[in-house]
Amino acid sequence: MVSYIFRRILATMPVMAIVALFVFSLLYIAPGDPAAVIAGDQASPADVERIRQALGLNRPFLVQFGSWVWRILHGDLGTSIFTNLPVGSLIAQRIEPTLSLMVITLVLTLLIAVPLGVVAAWKAGTWLDRTIMAFAVFGFSLPVFVVGYVLAYVFALHLEWLPVQGYTPLAEGFWPWLVNLILPAVALGCVYIALIARITRAAMLEVLQQDYIRTARAKGLGQNSILFVHALKNAAVPIVTVIGIGIALLIGGAVVTESVFAIPGLGRLTIDAILRRDYPVIQGIVLLFSFLYVLVNLMVDVTYTLVDPRIRY
Amino acid sequence: MDRRTLLKGIAGVGSLAATGGLSMPALSQGAAARTLRFVPQANLANFDPIWGTQYVVRNAAAMVWDALYGLDATLQPQRQMVESEEVTDDGLTWTFRLRPGLKFHDGEPVLSKDVVASLARWSVRDPMGQMIKAIQNELTAVDNKTFKWVLKQPYPKMMLALGKNSTPCAFIMPERMAQTDPFKQIAEYIGSGPMKFAKGEWVPGAKAMFEKFADYVPRQEKASWLAGGKQMLIDRVEWVVIPDPATAAAALQNGEIDWWENPIPDLVPVLRKNRNISVDIADPLGNIGAFRMNHLHPPFNDVRARRALLTALSQEDYMRALVGDDTALWKPLPGFFTPDTPLYTEEGGEILKGKRDFAAAKKLLAESGYTDQPVTCVVAQDQPITKAQGDVTADLLKKMGMNVDFVATDWGTVGSRRAQKTPPGQGGWQMFHTWHAGADCISPAAYNAIRGNGDKAWFGWPSSATVEKEVTAWFEAKSIDEEKAAAKRLNKAALEDVIYAPTGFFLSYTAWRKNVSGVAKGPLPFFWGVSKSA
Repeated sequence: MVSYIFRRILATMPVMAIVALFVFSLLYIAPGDPAAVIAGDQASPADVERIRQALGLNRPFLVQFGSWVWRILHGDLGTSIFTNLPVGSLIAQRIEPTLSLMVITLVLTLLIAVPLGVVAAWKAGTWLDRTIMAFAVFGFSLPVFVVGYVLAYVFALHLEWLPVQGYTPLAEGFWPWLVNLILPAVALGCVYIALIARITRAAMLEVLQQDYIRTARAKGLGQNSILFVHALKNAAVPIVTVIGIGIALLIGGAVVTESVFAIPGLGRLTIDAILRRDYPVIQGIVLLFSFLYVLVNLMVDVTYTLVDPRIRY
Repeated sequence: MDRRTLLKGIAGVGSLAATGGLSMPALSQGAAARTLRFVPQANLANFDPIWGTQYVVRNAAAMVWDALYGLDATLQPQRQMVESEEVTDDGLTWTFRLRPGLKFHDGEPVLSKDVVASLARWSVRDPMGQMIKAIQNELTAVDNKTFKWVLKQPYPKMMLALGKNSTPCAFIMPERMAQTDPFKQIAEYIGSGPMKFAKGEWVPGAKAMFEKFADYVPRQEKASWLAGGKQMLIDRVEWVVIPDPATAAAALQNGEIDWWENPIPDLVPVLRKNRNISVDIADPLGNIGAFRMNHLHPPFNDVRARRALLTALSQEDYMRALVGDDTALWKPLPGFFTPDTPLYTEEGGEILKGKRDFAAAKKLLAESGYTDQPVTCVVAQDQPITKAQGDVTADLLKKMGMNVDFVATDWGTVGSRRAQKTPPGQGGWQMFHTWHAGADCISPAAYNAIRGNGDKAWFGWPSSATVEKEVTAWFEAKSIDEEKAAAKRLNKAALEDVIYAPTGFFLSYTAWRKNVSGVAKGPLPFFWGVSKSA
């Protein structure tokens, strides 16, 4: 197992190198000019050119790429063109809100989606199954920002139970931290809950038709034990796979959710950086997200061995 | 590790997180009342007001850095850091003396050498500063409190240049900071203004914190815009960046923020209904909408094609697209200067008045030699002001029978594309939309967009000897009457040559909680004189 994990980590290196080259090239050829944004609307073309020179943006592609890669190999993601702060510091400032949002969403999703999927499969074809699946279609179809606005209107403005926006670090207390994340996590989780509930239902339906389930029933095992101990465990592999794939969905959704709820996370940092053409920040974030995604896939593979003892690497 | 161990571990981490936050540090009512939570117009992405000239940077910088002079609500520069000034009869030597008690946030006194270095840096980037630099003999510190600027020819607008509120303002920094290359960012944020910048709490894109500077000595006069006594009645100003207008509106209604700089017109009726919220015009100087045509390439290298568009365009269409049906928010603008300011004039503005004449416009266009070639109209979709104007222009061009190449893009791309002088088919452009702060359009002083100095002009590169002659006449004017006469001629010439197309004058609102008082109308949010009750 350890050698497998080591090999997988080694295998991420060429993946990250390709991502780095791709991202750098894409930004190089993309239209837009950070110097023009910095200089402001009233700046003369000559001023814009001077700023471009000062930032080194008029150097040849290979020179820019080479110096960027060299810095990355030394653990330096560069400095933001706009804030003059290290990209590593900017990411460090923003990673906690995003990770918090993703973790809460994930927990919420698992707590709701898996039981819903199990129940839907158990009661397949009944009104309960149809209701759950209708909810899943509904959740899957609603854009995150619409759900966000509706939740903010009802629970923040109308009922005044929760705040509309913002983020409180976990270091300042668990409840203040949680209170700011409930609405965003529900908004972001809707799509995810719908997806996992549907996958769980499909996987469970297949497992519930297996002979060993019939045997379990014949032995007189309780319904809960059959569903959650025997069936769910055997249906877990596709569910875990989709949860892993869904991390990308969460990252994309976090961008919108963080904007709607004014959460100072990586999603908003990404949008701001793209709109301003803050190349070092965009490159740093994309590399980070790529690494996270590779890591999640690795964790999914490792999790297979925990849920299915037949799988060994 | 087996599955059970893993699950136990996850549960353990959860418990740890839960017990790590037993209590929440609550702000007392008094502390909350001393912190003003403000939503600015944009993100404070950098904080060097000379290097980055965005308005949001200027607005934050006005708290942290003081200037020698400050423009007041009558648009006159008044002494701020300066105690006195003398100018020789020939107008060539200006001698300034700093007022006592000026200190930087690091405790060091403000000295003449700091001012000299700051003005040297500013004059590289600012158009008025560049004019002074071009006629400068020397800028030197006489002693710790006195400095002089010796010129080769008189510059009557000296005090306006040093006190104007258009970017970049002549803010005074410590010498070590001011010696930074004007095209590179400063690395520390030490000023001598009434608020200190809390760099450690700055999360670019999310929040910026400013704290009252206890050693600041305000002037004795009543505060008026950037002039007078900047008395801070609150201890902290927290800038909270909320990119989504609907969220900002909800946060203001919920009491999570105290003041929202610029609510969008669509949400103002909702805010007005809330009895805890006040809404008023933010800046009486407003903004001027504009589309610029490229004077280097057909069809707009022919003045008849440019005049054709002015003949046909309806400013009402543009303004309604921008601000909706709230007629208090806009007015037609048959000229280039800000309405209700001394230099405002409608001289030569007939082309923008009255019923729109499409027949005459089409005739002019045909005379210009236009033959259905595509007109590349670059429109930023991420800026509501440019998007609305772009949609109206596209409709106008189609009605004129023109072949529109509508390039929907973002502001970052417009920023780089508009700098291209190449023909539209090779990465260039023929039209783009923008807007100008009314405060910048009160005179030609900081009004780059009205210049007609060809290659050195603003994007579109208009070339007009008459316009340039009248700009010079304004700078050399010795009385307000001479200034007004020059502005009249300038307005007429700029319309005849169609330097750009003004699409109208529009205002915007600002909104705040009713427990906040002292919010003043002006070209930027002023935090001095603002107080907040619990």
